[in-house]
Amino acid sequence: MSSPDVPVDPTWTGRVREAAVSTLPPEQLLPDTQPAYVSSWIYIFGVLTLSAFVVVLVSGAVIALAGPAWWHGSSLGHFVNSAHLWSTELFFFFMVVHLWGKFFTAAWRGRRALTWITGAVAFLVSIGAAFTGYLTQQNFDSQWIGTQAKDGLNAAGVGAFFNVLNYGQMLLWHVLLLPFVVALLTGLHVLLVRRRGICPPLPIEEDTK
Amino acid sequence: MFGQLSSATGVLGSVFHLDGHPRYVHAGWFLISVSNLVVILLMIAVFVLAIALPFPGNRRKRNQ
Repeated sequence: MSSPDVPVDPTWTGRVREAAVSTLPPEQLLPDTQPAYVSSWIYIFGVLTLSAFVVVLVSGAVIALAGPAWWHGSSLGHFVNSAHLWSTELFFFFMVVHLWGKFFTAAWRGRRALTWITGAVAFLVSIGAAFTGYLTQQNFDSQWIGTQAKDGLNAAGVGAFFNVLNYGQMLLWHVLLLPFVVALLTGLHVLLVRRRGICPPLPIEEDTK
Repeated sequence: MFGQLSSATGVLGSVFHLDGHPRYVHAGWFLISVSNLVVILLMIAVFVLAIALPFPGNRRKRNQ
């Protein structure tokens, strides 16, 4: 509800800008200080996850540009393909430690439920993104994973629109749909962290003898 | 450069035997591959160290 004294911007772009700036002011979006409790190693695993995700996206873009003959048949292709695999391994490693750190400090406190939910859903979608990546390696490993997974997924009733033996479909899920969702959720997650602030550690309870 | 890289991976391949049968830890209903178990134990170790180890610069801030 707007006050009658404050003029309402007649354009929708202006109203969106005003809403965005009031929701997330620049000093909150890009802060120059952080609370003292952030000076702990456990608080670096979020940004480590984000860094690994950037390497995943860049190495994935490079192997998508060059194609399968390159990533299977040349030394540089093997290297970038391996960088894509190992950055994914690190992405999940850091994300799990980040998840444990947030779980054991109950980081959904202080109106941070949506931050927690976006992180948890991003984790689940990332598993799908990695799974479709293993399916599109174009080797015996991916064939084995596909034939093992199809029965479970068909039994779950999703085989009609998510067919793990359909290489073209799995490739598009892997290079377009799932990375888009993970990137969207990650962006929302980071904006929510900026909006609500980094969750403080749990308070130390006094002994009740 | 990449010739050196492939020779380096060749050395790693000779240290870690990658073509053998996978090894598992199996006790009753519990079954896990050694590689997955190693990754889980590493994550737990990193988690504990991240909580226990002091962060650089923290002591200076406390003394101020």
